Amino acid sequence: MALIDLSKKEVHCKIVYYGPGRCGKTTNLLFIYNAMGNNSRGKMLTIETKGDRTLFFDLLPLNLGKICGFDIKIQLYTVPGQTMYEATRKLVLKGVDGLVFVADSLKVRKAKNVESFEDLCRNLREHNLKVEEVPLVLQFNKRDLVSTPIPTLTCEELQADINNGLKLPAFEASATKGTGVFETLKEISKRTIRHVTAKHLMPSKK
Amino acid sequence: MADLVLTAPVLEKTRREIDQALIKAGAHMVLLVDEAGNIVTSCGKDSSVIDTTSLAALAAANFGATCQIAQLIGEDDFSLLFHKGKKDSVHFTRIEPDFILITVFGEQVSLGLIRVRVGELARTLEKILGF
Repeated sequence: MALIDLSKKEVHCKIVYYGPGRCGKTTNLLFIYNAMGNNSRGKMLTIETKGDRTLFFDLLPLNLGKICGFDIKIQLYTVPGQTMYEATRKLVLKGVDGLVFVADSLKVRKAKNVESFEDLCRNLREHNLKVEEVPLVLQFNKRDLVSTPIPTLTCEELQADINNGLKLPAFEASATKGTGVFETLKEISKRTIRHVTAKHLMPSKK
Repeated sequence: MADLVLTAPVLEKTRREIDQALIKAGAHMVLLVDEAGNIVTSCGKDSSVIDTTSLAALAAANFGATCQIAQLIGEDDFSLLFHKGKKDSVHFTRIEPDFILITVFGEQVSLGLIRVRVGELARTLEKILGF
């Protein structure tokens, strides 16, 4: 649910990075945080837990400039990826305007990718949303491992597993190095803002 | 969750009521947020003193988490939460159906006063916001 503040002329959108545990959702946010200037980024919120796993969520607020005189502010969230934290994922999805599904390129994570995507579809349905209706972009992360001896999935395999029939845009990425991180962010921001503005600010141009 | 579009008069009236009920009673800051963690409006202390974006997101998550605790003991929900600090404390209350009112106040203001004022304000806000 986007929040449009007519008195301050601001539009707030919520974009959630979803995906299986250890696929690199927090790494995406960290790279964006480190690469953006102080004027366009807010304070990154990470709930401290033991170890490096996300147990609740991470939050990174960004300012994306103006459209039709409205300041566009987006908040990037991550969810905890592990299967057992379904309740938290459902909570973070509340009011979502756009989604990035981060898939893990490691061969051993094939089943986890599919499981997580099915979990996403189920949780969206519980919020009365359909996966086809919410702006959604795929990111195939850890592509830097393709050139190493570690067994990885090909993009075709990942497409067949997750993007079967949905025709979603997909980006190859390596979040630790930053490859594809901003391409993904740019596409999901564009789609989310187009979706929100078409719905509320310029309904006639829909 | 329905889309929310705020109009300036409604927002102005909401701010006035919050200011009258809580800021004048000594609260440092009051935030009205939705359950997704978006800030609807803020009153009181400058937002550069307290990170309101993080506070709103954490308050929404906190409410969601305690809702699960409520269900474990057979309740639907907890309608208010209170965290006491050494100097400052935070009071959270649900404004039906989708909002949370966050009140940050110091030791010179009693919890009882905040609870009474928040109770009255909640009913007023529910009317203003159209429920």
